[in-house]
Amino acid sequence: MNLIYTRTKTIQEDKVSGFCPGCMHSTVIKLIGEVIEELNVVDKTCCITGIGCCGLHMDYIAYDTITAPHGRACAVATGIKRTNPESLVFTYQGDGDLAAIGLAETLSAANRGENFTVIFVNNGIYGMTGGQMAPTTLIGMKASTAPAGRNAKEHGYPMHMCELMNVLTAPYYLVRTSCNTPANVTRTKNAIKQAFKNQLEGKGFSMVEIVTSCPTNWGMDALSALDFIQDKMLAEFPLGVIRDKSKEAD
Amino acid sequence: MTRIFMKGCEAIAEAAVRAGCRFFAGYPITPQNEIPEYFARRMPEVGGVFIQGESEIASVNMVYGAASSGTRAMTSSSSCGISLKSEGISYAASARIPMVYCNVQRGGPGVGAIQPAQQDYFQATKAGGNGGFRMMVFAPSTVQEAIDLTYGAFDYADRDRNPVLILADGVIGTMMEPVSLPEMKPESEIEAIKQSKLKWACVGHELDYPNRSWIEPGHWNTADMQKANEEALKVYEAWEVNDVKVEEYMIDDAEVVLSAYGISGRIAAAAVDKLRAAGIKAGLIRPITVSPFPYSSYDKIDYKKCKGILSIEMSIPAQFAEDVKSAVKERCLVSTCLCSGGNIMSEQAVIDGVKKIMEGRV
Repeated sequence: MNLIYTRTKTIQEDKVSGFCPGCMHSTVIKLIGEVIEELNVVDKTCCITGIGCCGLHMDYIAYDTITAPHGRACAVATGIKRTNPESLVFTYQGDGDLAAIGLAETLSAANRGENFTVIFVNNGIYGMTGGQMAPTTLIGMKASTAPAGRNAKEHGYPMHMCELMNVLTAPYYLVRTSCNTPANVTRTKNAIKQAFKNQLEGKGFSMVEIVTSCPTNWGMDALSALDFIQDKMLAEFPLGVIRDKSKEAD
Repeated sequence: MTRIFMKGCEAIAEAAVRAGCRFFAGYPITPQNEIPEYFARRMPEVGGVFIQGESEIASVNMVYGAASSGTRAMTSSSSCGISLKSEGISYAASARIPMVYCNVQRGGPGVGAIQPAQQDYFQATKAGGNGGFRMMVFAPSTVQEAIDLTYGAFDYADRDRNPVLILADGVIGTMMEPVSLPEMKPESEIEAIKQSKLKWACVGHELDYPNRSWIEPGHWNTADMQKANEEALKVYEAWEVNDVKVEEYMIDDAEVVLSAYGISGRIAAAAVDKLRAAGIKAGLIRPITVSPFPYSSYDKIDYKKCKGILSIEMSIPAQFAEDVKSAVKERCLVSTCLCSGGNIMSEQAVIDGVKKIMEGRV
C-alpha cells in the first residue's frame, strides 16, 4: 500500500489544537505547514503572529515564531526580514489585527514592497475577545459591539484589503481565497505556495486573504457557517487573483 | 586620541554604529531628528539597515523584529513619541529582547514644548510601558558621556536581554562639543555577537521543536507568567549590586549636597565649584544610572554636617526628587530647585536654592 497523505511535521504531534469546532485556522495552519515542507524551508521560516485567535497556533507549530503587538506584525516582519533576508518571513493575522489596529503597519509595509508574505485570515469578526465588530463585518451582521447589526451610516462598510492594496504600486501578488470547499482549500494552498515562492525569489510583497468562518461568534453551527461564507461573505469578498505581477510581466 | 566636534544626537548615532548597531528605525520628532538623519546616511556605509517608519509605533516594532533576529538594533524619539514606543518596549521587555532606545526629552505632558526638559523621569525609571518591567536607564550630562553610555548600552542590553534607555534631553541632543569616539567594533565581532544569539533568535531552526525559537511577550499559563516575572526580577536586582554608575563630587565634608542628573547635573557641578569658591562646602551626587538608582551614595553624606539636600531638575512637578527623598530617608531636609516648559536650569537658580538652605529659609 502506498502512503499518499500524512500529517505535516510542522505541527507538533503531542499538542491539542485550541480552536473551536468548525474554525478554519487549523486548516490554514495545516496548509501553511504543508507548503513550508514542500518548499523545504522549515529551517528558515519565521512566523510573525498577530494577536487574537491567530495566535493560538503558536504552541503547536514546530517552526520559529514571534508574537507581535496587536496590529504590528508587518512592522515586526520588516525588522526580521531586513536583517535576515534569507529567511522566509510571513505574518499570520486576523481582520481586527490587520485591518483595524494594524492598518497603518499593513498598508505601509505593502507600500514599501517588503519582501515578505502576509496571510490574512478574514472571518469578519473579532474571535478571541468574543464577537466584536471588525472592519470586515458584513452590513447587517450582528456583533457584540453592534448588537443591532452593522449599519453603514454609523459603522461604514466592510473593508476590502486586497482592493485597498491594489491601488498601491509596490505589491506583487494579492489574492483572495476561501476554505469553505475542498476545491477552495486547494486553491488556498496553491496561493500560499505562490506567495512564498514569490518571496524566496525576491519578488516583494504578497498577501493571501483567506475568507473563513467563526461559527462560535457567528452564532451558528459549522455547516451553516460554510453556507454563510458561500452566500454572504463571498458576495461581499469575491474570490480571485486581484493582482499578480508575474502575469503582468508576461 | 583624535578629538572632533560633534552634535549630541549625531554622536549618539555614531556611538551606536561603532558598538555594532546595524538596524535603526525611527520617526521624525524634534529635538532628535539628527539621530535618524545620521543613521540614514551612515547605515549604508556599514552594511546596516535604516528605515523611516510610518510611526513611532511601527519603528519600535521594526526594532523589536530586528533585535529578535539577533541584530543589534536601536530606535530613538522624544517624550510624546516615547509614549507611543512604550508598547514595543514593553513587548521587548516581556519577551526578553535586547534593544537600545534614546529619549531626547522635551517639555511635556502632551505634545509639550520642543525645548529641552526632564519631564519623563517617572516614565523612564518606573514605568516605561505596561506591566511593571524595569530597564537600565543611563542619563548623560555631556556629549562625551552620551557617546560612552550609548556604546556600552548594547552590551548591557545583550547581557540582560532587556531594553536599555539612554535618557538624554534637548540640550545634550542639540549641543555640539569636542569628543573622542570609541573604536569601531570589527565586523567579525559584530557577526560573533549575532551568532551568539542564534539559539533563541527568530531566524529559522531545524525541525526539532523543543529547540525552535518561540519569542513570547506573554504567557497563557499563569505559573509561566509569574516565573518569567520572577526571572526578570533577578536581573533587575543584580543591577543594584553590580551596575550602579554615579558621580560623587566633594560630598565628604559637604554641608549642603546638590543632586541632579543629566544636563541639570552638569549645571549643578558648575554651581558646586562656585559655591566652594565662595566658602560654602557644597557637594554633588549625580546619578549616571537613574535606574538602578545610586541609593547608597546618599549614605555617604555626613548628616551631622549636612544642612540639606537640593534636588535639581528641569521638571515641574518634581520627579527625580522622589528618588532622592527615598535615598535620604528623612535624615535631613530635601529641598527642590525646578524649572520646566523648555526653560533650562540656571546656575544662579541653583546657587540661590543652596543659599536658602544655608540660611534656613526653606
